[in-house]
Amino acid sequence: MPAARTITALAKMLRSGETTSRDLCRETIGRIRARADLNAFITVTEDAAFAEAGRADALLSGKGGGGATTTLTGIPIAHKDIFSTLGVRTTCGSRMLADYTPAFDATVVANLKAAGAVTVGKTNMDEFAMGSSNENSFFGAAANPWDAGTVPGGSSGGSAAAVAARLLPAATGTDTGGSIRQPAAFCGITGLKPSYGRVSRHGMVAFASSLDQAGALTVTCEDAAVMLDAMAGFDSRDSTSVDAPPPCAAGSLDQTIAGLTIGLPAEFFGDGLDPAVAASVQAALAELEKAGARLVDVALPSSENSIPCYYIIAPAEASSNLSRFDGVRYGFRAGQFDGLAEMYEKTRAEGFGAEVKRRIMVGTYVLSAGYYDAYYLKALKLRRLIADDFARAFEQCDVIAGPTTPTCAFRRGAKMDDPVAMYLNDIYTSSVNLAGLPALSIPAGFVNGGGGELPVGLHLIGPYMAEAKLLGVGHRFQQITDWHERAPPGVDGG
Amino acid sequence: MAAMSFSPADVGKVARLARLSLSAGEARAYAGDLSRILSLLDRVDAVDTAHITPLWHPGRQSLRMRADSVSEENRREEFQQAAPAVERGLYLVPRVLG
Repeated sequence: MPAARTITALAKMLRSGETTSRDLCRETIGRIRARADLNAFITVTEDAAFAEAGRADALLSGKGGGGATTTLTGIPIAHKDIFSTLGVRTTCGSRMLADYTPAFDATVVANLKAAGAVTVGKTNMDEFAMGSSNENSFFGAAANPWDAGTVPGGSSGGSAAAVAARLLPAATGTDTGGSIRQPAAFCGITGLKPSYGRVSRHGMVAFASSLDQAGALTVTCEDAAVMLDAMAGFDSRDSTSVDAPPPCAAGSLDQTIAGLTIGLPAEFFGDGLDPAVAASVQAALAELEKAGARLVDVALPSSENSIPCYYIIAPAEASSNLSRFDGVRYGFRAGQFDGLAEMYEKTRAEGFGAEVKRRIMVGTYVLSAGYYDAYYLKALKLRRLIADDFARAFEQCDVIAGPTTPTCAFRRGAKMDDPVAMYLNDIYTSSVNLAGLPALSIPAGFVNGGGGELPVGLHLIGPYMAEAKLLGVGHRFQQITDWHERAPPGVDGG
Repeated sequence: MAAMSFSPADVGKVARLARLSLSAGEARAYAGDLSRILSLLDRVDAVDTAHITPLWHPGRQSLRMRADSVSEENRREEFQQAAPAVERGLYLVPRVLG
């Protein structure tokens, strides 16, 4: 049984001479092409990837002019198509940007490039990161490798499907209300959403600026730590970037969890939670307890309002952010119009998909005269209560745990006609974004999904800037369980 | 507040504010969607928030200041390559003034 194809394992193989970055690149692109059925990629950057891999091989063999290498040097990764990439089209899953090629790299892209990672392409996503199933992509839905009839989750669905199908060891994602953690849970992989301000948002197409945060989707917590360390850091180009010491997550993984206090909010285990998912999560918590953690009850009473609160604030910010798509400076422009106003209206009507229009209209409405106080301002007050709940809970525990999602992956098409049902997917995840906290979803078991087994995610939430702590707990869990090593049917997990 | 119901005319008003042209059929479909979404959002009304300070942003710091000096080079030509219509460094749009 060969070692799992993780960043950490591949980095060793690159150093022992067992493989080269160019070989990894060739193999990765072969895997991507062989799994075109997943529709995980919008763009594959074969030529640029081989050039980057060649430079990585030179560095690794000491012929690259003596440049420093990192764990990521020569490792193939992919970026969610929301990150601006110099010279590579960046669609954000939208017709509006289907032909848009940025003249700069997002800071996350530049940081990972500087660490030596090789970008092989851009992954599929819900349009403008609005969705929980990847069905809102202009480029078609992505499939869940565990069961092609189910969704991979969203909005970072292509990244999750690609990593779950072992096309490559890691991909970037963004999480505004659960868009890294929910697809990670649905696809049986590890997904990290860092603290707000930890990772630069510069060059990330904005959805809701007070909630958006970039993170990583990987097979293991060990790899998520490597990705976070490379992605994070102060950036003067993002006014909300935090000038904090680096997370050093990879260096602090080996923590004991003896004596660790895990808070369990009753609100995360109530009505609406699938009993089979609950059983998997309880079993995972029992494993952590056996390893020395202490489970305590905590209360997050305001979290019951997180869905309406989130679905007021996120669309409000989106309606403002997306006003930039006017057919003037970049992106799509309608073909026929009479006058400037009609050019705007037709460009936006033809360039945006149905869910994006819905959210723009909801956001416009809750910010409009007469409704602003009742909706937007009210939601901001609820947001304070939600954040205060977490602060109080963390006085009693080190991390908070629960299910990432109320159910396992659902069938394609099942919720497309009912936006409210789709929104309820974010019931456990969105409160974390409202409070700006870091959180992790890790594989914690399987349930019968009808057509076969489907993964369950354990959700771990930490205090502000406590990514290293979260990843340490997740890493310990992955040392005592092997859920994360399970690959979908027909996928070579080795 | 009572569960608000959106009429196609209400949708038309919001769509105009958002600069989205909608057909009559689309306005009818969105009226149903937005009414359902609004009934979800109306749940916030049940909570008493009389003395709560709004939380605009989860950042723990105030916005940074920086020296008022040029930090980026001019890359107008590169950035304008992504525009639908440009001439002599200017973005072209339909005529506004007669």
